[in-house]
Amino acid sequence: MTEQTQFILTESSMDEIKHLVTDRAIRGETVLLNMGPQHPSTHGVLRLLLELDGEEVINCIPDVGFLHTGIEKNMEAKTYEKSITMTDRLDYLNNLGNNLTYCMAIEKLTGLDVPERAQAIRVIMAELQRIASHLIFLATTGLDVNATSVWMYCFREREMILDIFEMCSGQRMMTTFIRPGGLWRDVPVEFEEAVRKFIKIFPSRVDEYEALLTNNPVFLDRTVNMGVLTPEDALAWGVTGPMLRASGIDHDLRKSKPYSGYEQYEFDVPVRSEGDTFARYIVRIEEMRQATRIIEQALDHLPFGPVRSNNRKYVPPPRSELGISMEALIHHFKLWTEGYNVPKGSVFVSTESPRGELGVYLESDGGPKPYRVHWRTPSFTNLQVLPLLARNHLVADLVLLIGTVDIVLGDVDR
Amino acid sequence: MGVEQKLGDFGVVTTTLEKAVNWSRTRAMWPMLFGLACCAIEMMSAQAANYDMSRFGMELMRASPRQSDLMIVAGRVTRKMSPVLRRLYDQMPDPKWVISMGDCASCGGIFNNYAIVQGVDEIVPVDVYVAGCPPRPEALIHGVVTLYEKVYGEKVKDWA
Amino acid sequence: MDEKLETVAENLIQRFAADKQVFKDELSLTIKPEQIVKVCLALRDEHNFEILTEQTAVDYWPEQTPRFHVIYRFRSLKHNLIIGLRVSLDGNFPKLPTIEEVYKNANWFERELWDMFGIQAEGHSDLRRIVLPHDWEGHPLRKDYPLGYEEVQYSFNFEEIDLRKPYAEE
Repeated sequence: MTEQTQFILTESSMDEIKHLVTDRAIRGETVLLNMGPQHPSTHGVLRLLLELDGEEVINCIPDVGFLHTGIEKNMEAKTYEKSITMTDRLDYLNNLGNNLTYCMAIEKLTGLDVPERAQAIRVIMAELQRIASHLIFLATTGLDVNATSVWMYCFREREMILDIFEMCSGQRMMTTFIRPGGLWRDVPVEFEEAVRKFIKIFPSRVDEYEALLTNNPVFLDRTVNMGVLTPEDALAWGVTGPMLRASGIDHDLRKSKPYSGYEQYEFDVPVRSEGDTFARYIVRIEEMRQATRIIEQALDHLPFGPVRSNNRKYVPPPRSELGISMEALIHHFKLWTEGYNVPKGSVFVSTESPRGELGVYLESDGGPKPYRVHWRTPSFTNLQVLPLLARNHLVADLVLLIGTVDIVLGDVDR
Repeated sequence: MGVEQKLGDFGVVTTTLEKAVNWSRTRAMWPMLFGLACCAIEMMSAQAANYDMSRFGMELMRASPRQSDLMIVAGRVTRKMSPVLRRLYDQMPDPKWVISMGDCASCGGIFNNYAIVQGVDEIVPVDVYVAGCPPRPEALIHGVVTLYEKVYGEKVKDWA
Repeated sequence: MDEKLETVAENLIQRFAADKQVFKDELSLTIKPEQIVKVCLALRDEHNFEILTEQTAVDYWPEQTPRFHVIYRFRSLKHNLIIGLRVSLDGNFPKLPTIEEVYKNANWFERELWDMFGIQAEGHSDLRRIVLPHDWEGHPLRKDYPLGYEEVQYSFNFEEIDLRKPYAEE
């Protein structure tokens, strides 16, 4: 490829997009505006082709793919244990949730058991991750309506959660803490104290955010009755997560198909019926409070015991055993050089991520590498609704609507 | 800058001019928002209250390339995004610097495949590489301070 | 809820001559490509499977001859069930009837199938590439498409790779 051809711009020519824009655009009455991949309010590299009549949006066509990493194909080239590190980087605000979903798929295929302590700590980690993700939603929503103090406050709380993750695994974001069979290792002694300190102060912080936004007339003006999604549309377009619950349909995978011990904990699922931006904001704030409730219950009933399965065909032995047992040495060698072979079959496992239903379709052919991994990501499906929501709104409202769908571009493009 | 072209190499006068100009360039270097993926979240954390980047002059991040001096490429650059990156780099006025933040921008990271550009220095010339996946906010600040030291070492002959 | 899933499956098997596979309490039916729209309509209207959760494909080249298997998964919120469908397609650029009229979010799923596998959806309103640049050649998720691996630069081959690597100028 010569120097010149390397930088040809990837704009669709007019012929290719003629069927997507109305006749008024071709005649020149309305303006076609490119809200480009680099934009402060698009929450990542999302390109929107807007057709505007003055300032009103007639149609908005998303053009995705600016973050397509080819993770699905790359995971086919790595062994199972190595491919877990790639799952962190998919939905980069829900790292532990991605790990959990993939490990649940491997456990379902291989029949691995997960000890109870590991399940409880998995729940705590997943709920902490949910709070961290919703804090970023709040921060960027505040930034979009120019409430910058909300952004600063949310990042202050998020730092506390990231400190807890760093204490357990050494990394703030891409932890890879959840492995098939349980966890990577047991949580340190300071974990319980740090989490209790966090959940003691967090409800009052959520009250602070609500005091700033919920009754604020400017915020209410900008969010009430904006981007209304009816329940029929939500089901037809396959929307899941807080967007579905804000439109009136009570569906949460943690209640309908519980996983990892969620049936033991008592929590409510917030549901609102209006379906507008304000309802989605309230649903997410309530979810943060309920997540705190779940963490408290899980901490109170945290059982003692091992944190990873004992099945030496899939889980490497601890290093202390290597000096004593020959079998442990053989298992260690086989697992770290060749990897484990997963029996043939295909499974679909899904969990409730902060954005919606995150699912993994894992197909194995009996070898050490996954044959096909497909990620059913919530943002890919939820983003299709954006043209429907944005019709007849102003460009300034469109910015808030992108924030309320709560997409993460790593999820959309994979 | 026309001053040094007219004065030429005047010895002590131009060295003091160099120091003054380099010092002032580092004191208010505004980065352009180029957060692509996970490293962007750590860049946002570095800008927030805990690890404050405005102590180092980066008070705010400008979205427009015409008003910024520094481009922090944070995140993985795909083949679809690379023309956009080059176009934005060309639109930035001189003097401009590039920090490549994170493993994916420096060398392709853990993604060695058809879709990711293996190192953003195939597209734009990079001044400082910050390693990490994602680098801690303190690591990014260390990268910024290293860039400042590089800017202090610039000479009159290299400008214009 | 297994009995409900069994009744749904029996109903569909009798009407459309499908094959049934059960693996670890997941049910999957194999049907022919021509019948996919009728099956989806039956699932949505009669059995209350409101949401299309997933539509993806697997490439079995060169081990099996119907090279592509397209996999659908539907979720019923009312009865809390999941059911899967499998359709096998042959050839290098197979065609498949679109289910966009039945479930609207199949729009992007089928665009991704075209982009990644080369499977065309007949009757689709807007079949263009979605995650790759619009002038990309090839369909990456096929098994005969290479990963695009670049040689890693260690200290022993640092200079050779440095010479070959394209660096940008100002």
